[in-house]
Amino acid sequence: MKVLMKGNEALAEAAIRAGCRHFFGYPITPQTELAAYMSKRMPKIGGTYLQAESEVAAINMVLGASAAGVRAMTSSSSPGVSLKGEGISYMAGSDLPALIINVQRGGPGLGGIQPSQADYWQATKATGHGDFHILVLAPSTVQEMVDLVSDAFDLADQYRMPAMILADGMLGQMMEPVSLPEEAGKPLPAKEWAASGHQGARPHHIINSLYLTPDKLEQLVQDRFARYEQIKQKEQRAEEYLTDDADVVVVAYGASSRVARGAVNKAREQGLKVGLVRPITLWPFPVDALRKAASHAKAMLVVEMSMGQMVDDVKLAVECKTPVHFFGRTGGMIPTPAEVLEQIEKLV
Amino acid sequence: MKDLNIVFAGFGGQGVLFAGKVTAYAGLIENKEISWLPSYGPEMRGGTANCSVCISDQPIGSPLVTNPNVLVAMNLPSLDKFIDAVEPGGTVILDSSLIQKKVERTDVTVHYVPSSSLAEENGLKGLSNMVLIGKLFQEVCCAEGGYGFCTKETLDQAIQKCVPARKAGMLDLNRKAVETGAAQP
Repeated sequence: MKVLMKGNEALAEAAIRAGCRHFFGYPITPQTELAAYMSKRMPKIGGTYLQAESEVAAINMVLGASAAGVRAMTSSSSPGVSLKGEGISYMAGSDLPALIINVQRGGPGLGGIQPSQADYWQATKATGHGDFHILVLAPSTVQEMVDLVSDAFDLADQYRMPAMILADGMLGQMMEPVSLPEEAGKPLPAKEWAASGHQGARPHHIINSLYLTPDKLEQLVQDRFARYEQIKQKEQRAEEYLTDDADVVVVAYGASSRVARGAVNKAREQGLKVGLVRPITLWPFPVDALRKAASHAKAMLVVEMSMGQMVDDVKLAVECKTPVHFFGRTGGMIPTPAEVLEQIEKLV
Repeated sequence: MKDLNIVFAGFGGQGVLFAGKVTAYAGLIENKEISWLPSYGPEMRGGTANCSVCISDQPIGSPLVTNPNVLVAMNLPSLDKFIDAVEPGGTVILDSSLIQKKVERTDVTVHYVPSSSLAEENGLKGLSNMVLIGKLFQEVCCAEGGYGFCTKETLDQAIQKCVPARKAGMLDLNRKAVETGAAQP
């Protein structure tokens, strides 16, 4: 039978079942249940739970654990993720895999503690300094939080880069029924590059992001971007809901996609041809699904719990061939299906 | 079943989140789509606490209930906060020992249950929430047709799921509280 779990706890259990035995974190609302769950479970299964002295310390512990070749993760909420930015950049520059979870709250600054999607820019464009990307996955249900944790670890290992689950306070705090995967179903991939000790049997590995010779650094960044191109080709994910005949296509991810879906259903009850594209990968952005949906739509409506951060990516994806409109609430306010429906009605 | 959207609201510590969890579990046992969304943060400590529970045959859209079919109110600030949002034709179940005033709206059905007094008188300290759950399941969740989706046995299984093993002694008291609430006129 399915079990009823909070999103935060489901993320933690899913990470354990994906083979993660090293968690480093620091408490912050609305994410704390994740760390609390890890603190109870990790010691029982021979794992490491460590509450660091700060978010900066926690992300650097993740860097160290990942460099040694193990599956490692951290979790936080918006202000805490800002603090982790330096470490994430260092990991990207060292080609290290890891999972970072952001259970977003309102910002900027300390902001508030209610659900928000105002860290889209940070997650997809600027988690830290330098030329790099991280993988960003955006679940919209507690079940999908479970499923994407395992995928995020696998993708991070495959492409040797950090992956982020971008959730929010609503998804973290709510309970829904979930089926959990069997524990440690498959063997984890070997990490031949890891600095894991060799007793003189091979040349030592160096995990490093400092390259003082410009042509060497340029080559490394260009190689990384060649890998990013492959990811853009292969790893885009989106859900298309009732888009085949849609005149208006709503675009929303995570918590706001649930509100949007409710509004789309109400619109369909009124006989309006409205559909939804729900990006599941925010980086790589699901350009193909959006172009397809836009090819026959009269208008698109981006719905976010922010002042409009994904809307530019949608415009770029559809190359402004279809008008792209925006509706959002911010600061911890959650849009209602009725509000979204009102916006849809203006466009049909 | 018709889509059931409930708001449970009261002071932090009255057990509104637990009451919501029991109701959500009853839905899970009956293979319904369900969601449970709490208010969280400092407001939980002594202020007003509330949670939204959705139970449906279809996947749940927004788990935040803005217009409940059913409001379970455990104190006056909660009743005042949510009463205008209740859908016309909806149901309100309230603790009439803590809420002295009558509901002015005439387009909703109101059940006045003196749950705090009943809990106190029957040796059910801290179980006022479960007295109201008894009434909620009697009037709504176990009703024939409409929002009904389960039986009283389902509720009993849900309570068994939600009462932690270390508090197993509380199981029978929870059952007694539920029966007390269900028996209220």
